[in-house]
Amino acid sequence: MAMALTLSGLAVAFALGSAILSLGAVKDGRVIRILATPLLGVAGVSALAAGVVALLTGEVATATVPLGLPWLPWQIRLDALSGFFMMIIGILISVVGIHAPSYLRGIEQGRGEALAALGGFTGLFLTGMLLVVLAADAFLFMIAWELMSLASYFLVAFQHEHAANRRAAFLYLLMAHVGGLAILLGFGVLAAFGEGFSFAAMRAAELSALWASLAFGLAFIGFGMKAGLVPLHAWLPEAHPAAPSHVSALMSGAMLKVAVYGFVRLTFDLIGDVQWSWGVLVIAIGAASSLMGALLALMQTDLKRLLAYSSVENLGIIFIGLGLSLLFLGRGHTLLGVLALIAALYHSLNHALFKGLLFLGAGAILHGTHERDLEQMGGLLRRMPWTGLFFLIGGLSLAGLPPFNGFVSEWLIFQSALQSWVIDNGVLRALIPIAMAVLALTTALVAATVVKTYGVAFLGQARSRHVRRARPAPRGMRLAQGLLAVLCILLGLLPTWVIGLIESVPKQILGTGLGDAATPHGLWLAPIAPETAIYSAPLALLSLLILGGLVSLVLRRGAVRRVRHCDAWDCGFAPPTPRMQYTATAFAQPLRRVFAMLMQIETTQATREDGTPRYQLKIGDRLWGTLYLPVSAMVESAARRIVRLQSGHVRGYLGWTLVTLILLLWVVSVVD
Amino acid sequence: MAVTASTWLISVIEALLYLALAPLLVGWVRKVRARLQNRRGAPLLQPYRDLRKLLVKEARVAHTASPLYRLAPYVVLTATWLAAASIPMVALDLPIATVADIIVLVGLLALARVFLALAAMDVGTAFGGMGASREMLISALAEPALLMAVFTLAMTAHSTNLTILIGHHLSDDFLLRPSYLFALIGLILVAIAETGRIPIDNPATHLELTMVHEAMVLEYSGRHLAMLEAAAQIKLMLYGVLIANIFLPWGIAQSITPAALAVGLMAILLKLALLGVALAVAETVVAKLRLFRAPAFLNLAVLLSLLGLLSHVILEVGA
Repeated sequence: MAMALTLSGLAVAFALGSAILSLGAVKDGRVIRILATPLLGVAGVSALAAGVVALLTGEVATATVPLGLPWLPWQIRLDALSGFFMMIIGILISVVGIHAPSYLRGIEQGRGEALAALGGFTGLFLTGMLLVVLAADAFLFMIAWELMSLASYFLVAFQHEHAANRRAAFLYLLMAHVGGLAILLGFGVLAAFGEGFSFAAMRAAELSALWASLAFGLAFIGFGMKAGLVPLHAWLPEAHPAAPSHVSALMSGAMLKVAVYGFVRLTFDLIGDVQWSWGVLVIAIGAASSLMGALLALMQTDLKRLLAYSSVENLGIIFIGLGLSLLFLGRGHTLLGVLALIAALYHSLNHALFKGLLFLGAGAILHGTHERDLEQMGGLLRRMPWTGLFFLIGGLSLAGLPPFNGFVSEWLIFQSALQSWVIDNGVLRALIPIAMAVLALTTALVAATVVKTYGVAFLGQARSRHVRRARPAPRGMRLAQGLLAVLCILLGLLPTWVIGLIESVPKQILGTGLGDAATPHGLWLAPIAPETAIYSAPLALLSLLILGGLVSLVLRRGAVRRVRHCDAWDCGFAPPTPRMQYTATAFAQPLRRVFAMLMQIETTQATREDGTPRYQLKIGDRLWGTLYLPVSAMVESAARRIVRLQSGHVRGYLGWTLVTLILLLWVVSVVD
Repeated sequence: MAVTASTWLISVIEALLYLALAPLLVGWVRKVRARLQNRRGAPLLQPYRDLRKLLVKEARVAHTASPLYRLAPYVVLTATWLAAASIPMVALDLPIATVADIIVLVGLLALARVFLALAAMDVGTAFGGMGASREMLISALAEPALLMAVFTLAMTAHSTNLTILIGHHLSDDFLLRPSYLFALIGLILVAIAETGRIPIDNPATHLELTMVHEAMVLEYSGRHLAMLEAAAQIKLMLYGVLIANIFLPWGIAQSITPAALAVGLMAILLKLALLGVALAVAETVVAKLRLFRAPAFLNLAVLLSLLGLLSHVILEVGA
């Protein structure tokens, strides 16, 4: 087990080393591509190895690092939960290490400082994420958490010449700090009861129900904000697309998972005694996030923004799973709680893989066409066949279709929800099916989003000149995507092995794995009992292949095999031009009309001076108007009132100081 | 569950039965409908002839089509076919039920639908995009209803395995539960929408602005079209068998003996014939809805299915 800890230490050291090496880019831009980024890849591989070893051995390793404050040295700890998220981060860093050099090659001419910033902050960002997962006391956790937030702020602001990116970065910084504050307060509650900042002390603390709920609420706000849950998601679709694509992949794939890690660590592990009412809240927020994320993703025409909204949706699904787990655990159904937790963790892993794949795909498209707008794309499958194939695999996984990986985790969530009949409370029993209805609607909307995105970007004909001349992606980008695509397929086909790996997480933090009835069945996945639910992904794929083989055999024998190429028929009208194709906006129009009340839709139809009519459509988030703008107006008006205190006279300031002092003395005397 | 060579063989035969009988069901519905409308109608075996005709014609592929265009018919047909084959038709207790449960069935249908919609957008015509967009609208509203209806049944039987679900229902000496009734109506509405029947879509027209399924397969010809047609026919039969065997499970073979299998086959043929008549009658008396009326129809399906699920978890679980 010491090996796992050493490996993770190496990963941190490599990530930090990569950040330091990047400073050399000020002199020569190639340093990043040739030295720093490959070093990141090495860091990723060692993090991956550390995570897998920790999961396989199922042991806990701890160490104390002689850094930090003299009386408060940093403690690190690698257990199965840390190992699982270490594995997720490791996979993503490794593939990003393969992808990034091809991206950097295009921009390394004469931009030394910018490149040094990009490489340096990427290294620090990864160091922060790895340390968050490793931390075993609140002190190191918060330092690593802030390192991760701040470094990613600079990455979001990397292309700061656009005002929109600066605005996105500021919004991100602001909300990350409000969230960080909530987390800090949550730790404060635990530390007060545990009388120490170490996780071991917090774990041993006995909290009253009210204080535990307070700690949970603060943690949920803080980590939920980082995870982009509705209604605190506004920063996510702004910030993720602004960064370079491989950083977006890291932010969506890995950083959001670090938020999930923090939530699981604090709620399931440190607080321990979970209450079922928390589960209700988490399910409700998760369901709202998944539905709003899916709807708004469907409405986007900017590819990276679309993917960012889809992250909101997937994190919603993960939190539905976590909420189900809390609900079952709180009502004493431990085995079902374990199942739902495993489903949520499985979906975290899946989302990291397919969202990483899709963001890297968006990066490859951006690299080949300099285009993010879906309305300008079309026909890319023929220009970039490999990117197209991998993007399709990612899209089908995202849509939760068998036999890909997204289906397995959604199947597990549905299965655990179907066990809600064990709960002895009619209202709670009714709540879960409603959440499931929302989840079902979400998956159907995601399927529509995938069809829209893929159909408009990769199929049909190119809608603009530079897309028609798209270059195929360089080898590094293809390799990175290919690795993730293979993992998406493997995780869809071999769920029993993956679950065997994940099971050591609940075994450690909840003390039990899946029940005896759910013994591994090799090819068959039966998480509760074979007669309750059983699915065999390998056999399903095999059956599909056999049936497909049968069909093609029959056609080969019987049918005419000739294919003639001709113009599109299109009901006999003239051959369609690219402009006659359905656009992304048009594709989403029927669903936009049906769900109009959930979004802020503005259409204006003005006639310009030269007489040409102009139709404008603006689709926004209703929450901007109902939540964010009032809050920002309130802050501003409060600031205007406080400004009155600032009179400029020293007398006035001294007077305020005196009043404050007396007030504080009074408080102290009352408390004593 | 005795997994032996003979049960696997029966699974395979059932799968082939779907392929063999699905055109007959379509022909039967068309014939009954024609008679109801005082027409003589095409012969019962016309769908087979259409398929044969398509198979001997060459396939035409547009210049603008990508490789996905030629792959899609295979995926659509095999995914629909596997989904159909996982439903017990003649006999219970077949090993295929352990491969795919009812959620996988819904997932396979979604896989087929996504590939069909992608293929429709591939050539880059306005009709294809329109069909794909509308299909995804309908499915986005129909899929929750389908899952909710299915979950009602699964929660009653405490299993998503179709064999156990139907077996539970058979041994349950059929109480008329309100949840079943809601789920049945919800499932029927979903089946109508998903198989593209009146009042959501009209399978008999091509050039009509309301079309959904026909717009998606507009560019296909030859053997590719034959595969897509076969998939559509199998889908109709799939929903027929699903409704018939879940809600009227009597007659299905519970043991693997020739007599029981023969009874099972006759029972399912009779049930499908009756459902076909019901469908033809419904399509004769109901007019097609405008596209933006379809959400109301589907919302009704969602609502009924959800009511079924709620009435189950609130009223029936504790009782």
